[in-house]
Amino acid sequence: MMLRLEPRPEPSRLAVWLSPLVALLATLAIGAAIFAWLGFDPKNALAVFFIKPINSWYGVSELLLKAAPLMLIANGLALGFRANVWNIGAEGQLILGALGATGIALAFDGVEARWLLPLMLICGTVCGIAWAAIPAFLRTRFRANEILTSLMLVYVAGYLLSFLIHGPWRDPEGYNFPQSILFSASALLPTVGAEGRLNISIFFALGVALLCWLFVKKSWLGFQMRVAGLAPTAALYAGIPANRSVWLGLLAGGGCAGLAGACEVTGPLGQLTASVSPGYGFAAIIVAFVGRLHPIGIVFASLLLSLLYLGGEAAQIQLGLPSAITGLFQGALLFLLLGADVFIRYRLRFVFSRLASSDVTPSPEPAPPTLPASHH
Amino acid sequence: MNLKTLSMSVLLTAVALCCASALAAPAPDAKTEPLKVGFVYVSPIGDAGWTFQHDQARLAIEKKFGNKIQTKYIESVPEGADAERVIRDLAQNGYKLIFTTSFGFMNPTLKVANQYPKNYFEHATGFKTAKNMGFYNARFYEGRYLAGIIAGKMTKTNVAGYVASYPIPEVVMGINAFTRGMRSVNPNAQVKVVWVNSWYDPGREREAADTLVSQGADILTHHSDSTAVVQAAEAKKVYAIAYHSDMSKYAPHAQLAAVTHHWENYYTGVVQSALDGTWKPDRVWGGIKGGFIDVGPINPVVPAAVVALVNTAKADIASGKLHPFVGPMRDNEGKERLAPGQTISDEALLKMDYYVEGVQGKLPTK
Repeated sequence: MMLRLEPRPEPSRLAVWLSPLVALLATLAIGAAIFAWLGFDPKNALAVFFIKPINSWYGVSELLLKAAPLMLIANGLALGFRANVWNIGAEGQLILGALGATGIALAFDGVEARWLLPLMLICGTVCGIAWAAIPAFLRTRFRANEILTSLMLVYVAGYLLSFLIHGPWRDPEGYNFPQSILFSASALLPTVGAEGRLNISIFFALGVALLCWLFVKKSWLGFQMRVAGLAPTAALYAGIPANRSVWLGLLAGGGCAGLAGACEVTGPLGQLTASVSPGYGFAAIIVAFVGRLHPIGIVFASLLLSLLYLGGEAAQIQLGLPSAITGLFQGALLFLLLGADVFIRYRLRFVFSRLASSDVTPSPEPAPPTLPASHH
Repeated sequence: MNLKTLSMSVLLTAVALCCASALAAPAPDAKTEPLKVGFVYVSPIGDAGWTFQHDQARLAIEKKFGNKIQTKYIESVPEGADAERVIRDLAQNGYKLIFTTSFGFMNPTLKVANQYPKNYFEHATGFKTAKNMGFYNARFYEGRYLAGIIAGKMTKTNVAGYVASYPIPEVVMGINAFTRGMRSVNPNAQVKVVWVNSWYDPGREREAADTLVSQGADILTHHSDSTAVVQAAEAKKVYAIAYHSDMSKYAPHAQLAAVTHHWENYYTGVVQSALDGTWKPDRVWGGIKGGFIDVGPINPVVPAAVVALVNTAKADIASGKLHPFVGPMRDNEGKERLAPGQTISDEALLKMDYYVEGVQGKLPTK
């Protein structure tokens, strides 16, 4: 018996929906096997990892708090990715967003006003857009590869943060430690729910997801960007301006990342610190692809990735497992998802050897190198 | 014995055994339940470095207190929004005593401490306290001064290279103490500093070390978490002074000594007071005297006379006779910072934002 991978005449719609499910189930199975091998009851360990973190409102609120920036950034990035615009620098745009919001907070420290928070969020978003405009300009004007320029700007943003937080924006009462003053109450995002620290950034994230969905499905511009991504030559022939996709793709990603950065400093951090983000800008790239660049997919993917983080912490606290377990689950999930995605365009055929030998059509594969000796 | 009596006696024995076992092993009640002690680490434990030394202390208290305590650590917790959740999860899971061992955990620890007034929180290297939150730190600079004495005696080029992480007072006072130690035995000594803007970045640390050697440094030291600098020294055949942990297995020839951190004594005391119910938030800044800091195994290539010099200085620092920062002391721009005979205050130390005479270059934040 042989297995053969054959291209499908049409991509399978069933496989599109089944693939993430199969990948998730296979990840769980591998996880269970690893837990069993480490000497834990797999059922209990999986419950600690995937259910315990979210079996209370507090747990859910923490999950949403962690998912909000990922959701926000991934949706922004996906707009560009769909049009083949590769913004890898969301982490830098996030940092700029945090800096923009902090700049306003420090300039108006002590001012208790309703307009302060919206101004901070807008300023953060604009800073993120401005940072993303640099690779957009370099790409459209000089044809510089935006993958490289946007990634390099992450490091520049990191140094800018480092300079400001060790220098002019440092808390004067903070013993020269790299952090700003704590923001005043009117510069903080309102929280959601009676307890916990979930804030309204989750609504921004869901709102952006909805906007992205409307833009891609319903707008002419969104359609043009999709065409530009799927068939660049056809788009060019149809007179769809390529530069507009580049600008729009990058600026959307930058704006969302900037807003996410502003929400981090006005939300759970409440100040600017030397490490604003634990790599949300990069993790969002994974989220965007796990979510298949689809707004609804991204919402679920960001929740899933956040759950992996929370589960990893719970596994450390309650089972004493090493922190590497989070990375292991992430890696397994991505690997299996990519593997399962093959079946969207291909199908597996069982070819029985008896049938294969009597098959009149010649095999496309060259004969194995050991065989010719017996033929002659 | 007939069957009936046999079965009767079996039954009786079983009942007796059950009763006995119930008496012998009382259900874990409040009194015998172990004290749960949680540790939040900023990096993986690894086999050398800042977190490794904290974990050594965790293992030490585990060994000392046995089943009276139960410890747990969470490693690689980023300094940011996630830290607060991890600390709260520990408190929620019954960890009565929680050590958070990085500066960036200060505000998250404070927030959780306010929500869990019955738990005890100990934060390393910060400056904020609460009713149930104390801080502790070590006078790393005392060890640096001693290491400087060794460096000053062993250098031939009179230039030492210092790979530094972030320009915060803790790091700056280490550079200054090292320089003053060096110049106390070698007035011509100079210290060159390269900042890598990271606590842990073996690649950049290595590059910085190579740069310093090419600029004439024949002794390297570092305030960063990896073993890259001592390994670079071993490869370039220059000397090195390791930091945090003894790294001699990575640089058996290069490492002259190591400035090592020791949290065992402090953690033992804290756990004991928590067990006794006498724990109080404290502001602790221990040094050689409290056993927080030591200068590790001194390489046999260091002459006995130098070792004796170091030991004398060590005893003098412990007794308070010697302080690394006593005037006259100028900064490297010539400004007088301490008048002759004046000892620096802790307050001034904690805000140190200048290089002393002998350090080359400018602080990046100035």
